[in-house]
Amino acid sequence: MKIRNRKDLAQLKKHGDEQLFPRGVRITVGLATCGIAKGARDVYGALKRELKSQRFQAALEDTGCNGLCSREPIVTVQMPGAPLLTFADMTPEDARALVRGLKKGEIPLDKILCRTDRQEDIMAGEMRSFTGGKPAGIPAGIAARESLPFFKYQKRIALRNRRAGTQHSMPKYPASGGFPAAFSALTGMKPEAVIAELQRSGLRGRGGAGFPTAAKWQAVRAAKGARKYFICNGDEGDPGAYMDRSLLESDPYSVLEGMLIGARATGAAQGIVYVREEYPLAITRVTGAIAELKKAGLLGRRIFSTDFNFTVTVQRGAGAFVCGEETALIASLEGRAGEPVEKPPYPAQQGLYGMPTCINNVETLASVPVILSRGGAWYSRTGTGKSRGTKVFSLVGAVDRVGLIEVPMGTPLEKIIYDIGGGFSGGRTLKAVQTGGPSGGCIPARLTGLGADYESLTAAGSIMGSGGMIAMDNTACMVDVAKYFMGFLRGESCGKCLPCRQGTQVMYDILEAITAGRGTQQDLTRLRDIAGALSQTALCGLGKTAANPVLSSLRFFKKEFDAHLAGTCPAGVCTDLIQLSINTKKCTGCGLCRKACPAGAVKGERKKAHAITQKACIKCRACHEACPAGAVEIR
Amino acid sequence: MEAEEKKHIEASLRKYGASERALISVFQDIQKRRGFLSEEAVRTVARGIGIPASRAFSVAAFYGAFSLEPRGRNEIHVCTGTACHLKGADRLAGSIARKLAIAPGGTTKDGRYSLHEVRCLGCCAIAPVVKVNDDIHPQAVQDNISEILENYK
Repeated sequence: MKIRNRKDLAQLKKHGDEQLFPRGVRITVGLATCGIAKGARDVYGALKRELKSQRFQAALEDTGCNGLCSREPIVTVQMPGAPLLTFADMTPEDARALVRGLKKGEIPLDKILCRTDRQEDIMAGEMRSFTGGKPAGIPAGIAARESLPFFKYQKRIALRNRRAGTQHSMPKYPASGGFPAAFSALTGMKPEAVIAELQRSGLRGRGGAGFPTAAKWQAVRAAKGARKYFICNGDEGDPGAYMDRSLLESDPYSVLEGMLIGARATGAAQGIVYVREEYPLAITRVTGAIAELKKAGLLGRRIFSTDFNFTVTVQRGAGAFVCGEETALIASLEGRAGEPVEKPPYPAQQGLYGMPTCINNVETLASVPVILSRGGAWYSRTGTGKSRGTKVFSLVGAVDRVGLIEVPMGTPLEKIIYDIGGGFSGGRTLKAVQTGGPSGGCIPARLTGLGADYESLTAAGSIMGSGGMIAMDNTACMVDVAKYFMGFLRGESCGKCLPCRQGTQVMYDILEAITAGRGTQQDLTRLRDIAGALSQTALCGLGKTAANPVLSSLRFFKKEFDAHLAGTCPAGVCTDLIQLSINTKKCTGCGLCRKACPAGAVKGERKKAHAITQKACIKCRACHEACPAGAVEIR
Repeated sequence: MEAEEKKHIEASLRKYGASERALISVFQDIQKRRGFLSEEAVRTVARGIGIPASRAFSVAAFYGAFSLEPRGRNEIHVCTGTACHLKGADRLAGSIARKLAIAPGGTTKDGRYSLHEVRCLGCCAIAPVVKVNDDIHPQAVQDNISEILENYK
């Protein structure tokens, strides 16, 4: 079906509504990368077979990620008039039990996570009820979704389509409010009005630099060129960040609609989605979505029966972190090594093949349709200071509830860590929060009252970056973390400019010496000196910010550096400074450590306390990981 | 070079267009099909596009996705992203390296496994992860890694 006008859109929406709110039972399984890794395909297969063998009628669908990655595989069950039920940590056996239960009119509750009676349709600004307001025929005592801390404190705008399986399916996207924004942008609004709306929203680039999106679009619009390009930057390279992967996998239509609107506003006729090759499922899903949009006439020639043409292709990255930098990305698209060039000229003036080029991040683009649908003023009501709207974070590391979250800009870090993330179990405590990837820094626990927004994070010596947020507990060594990031940058430096190529190498060597117990106070001075030179003289953003992780660690965790200079690693991480030993009081003599040791360093008789021969120990910690009694101690 | 491989390369050049901008896509096809870019393949592509071989080699050598040497039948990628690092990715990589008696970047003598460290697979919530071929294994540790690898012949 070709979508040409409002009537076609309404019909498509109706079709999608019938799928989203069917007359019968609807079961979904989250099949994004994390879910699949945790066995969601087996759960899906088990559901499919059991539905068939039990002859139970239900629509079984795969959907994307709902954000609570720690509880995958996640299954939802929707029955007419009843709240949507979400089940977590599902196994094939649970799946079979679920179908057998449903057949008997019972709901097995051991894997239930929550119930959803109604959910917000953020595009329309209204609540949609699953129950029609009637009392529901499900057991009492199931927690409401909005009462769960993980969801309660979130505000999902870019992640709006994570509710009940609206992902990567053409009719369900408009049923969730998709396309009217693009329709307005192409048929009713002038490009200037689209840009003005973005200006009002205060939206800034979510890829890291935080450049105002409206200003970028205006610059491309104003630039002269035979043709213009619109690029979606999905080369999400920051370790610890995966919101772009998730958006492209689970909701590619939102991103593509954002591109369509942006292309119209800037006057670009050709679009490219650049996705890193480490994300094969994202590439598949976005390629599929492009094909669907072409079929519907929403990409290609004369979109919505206007004279506007826009095509989109997908380009796979080839494994180079630096290609997230826009001029390196352009070099890569042109078939060259991904080496950045000096700016100006900016890509907005001279980008791909020398033409004006707009490059926006995935999350930025996913936010655009909402801004047009609800208005820039509405969007800017959320947030703080110059950081408006919401930000998606991948909250990972040592907290109990890891996953993909979206919160209003300025939400205090402690609220994210303790309320949404559930804090730390087992007596562990927060040491630092790392944001901004290799360009960011580690914020110490005492500063977690700070808001997660561009300005506050920068003031704390880190940056917002693309949204990786890694909670570190007392088992993390901050010198090791600094060395880790420097090792990352040393490997990913493209080698074009000397300050970055040599600076990252020398800083790495110094950190290596410190973690090996060979460091001196002078080394700390040298680190600071090189860091200063690097930030002032490197060619591109990667090099200019490369010293941040080291500088922030030196600023907040100087004591840990001093401890290393004195020959100890307080967190027990740096192998040259630690010793493993067995606490004979705790050892039960089970022998698991002996079996796990690849070096034959653990000796002991069964049921008697074991011991480690220090000379033979390679400090791989296999014994520590294997010991069920916690008897292997690290000092 | 086999005539068949030449045909594949020519097909890729037709598909993406025989211009420099197609270089990476053509290499990606070859890498996927053959597991590496042979010197001859790189030269053939350079000739087909009409660029100096040195430029084609600079691209082949720059990007981590391309290998200039044959890789094993099963490619092990240990994720070394921040979340995985904190959960022992380097010890895991070390453990695999010891078990297979190869260094990261190497291939076992029987050609069964290659071992790589990858920057970040974006699966931070289920860290530490190891990807073998197309399968991502969550919460991989020294204790269960042998069992995981055994399934890949």
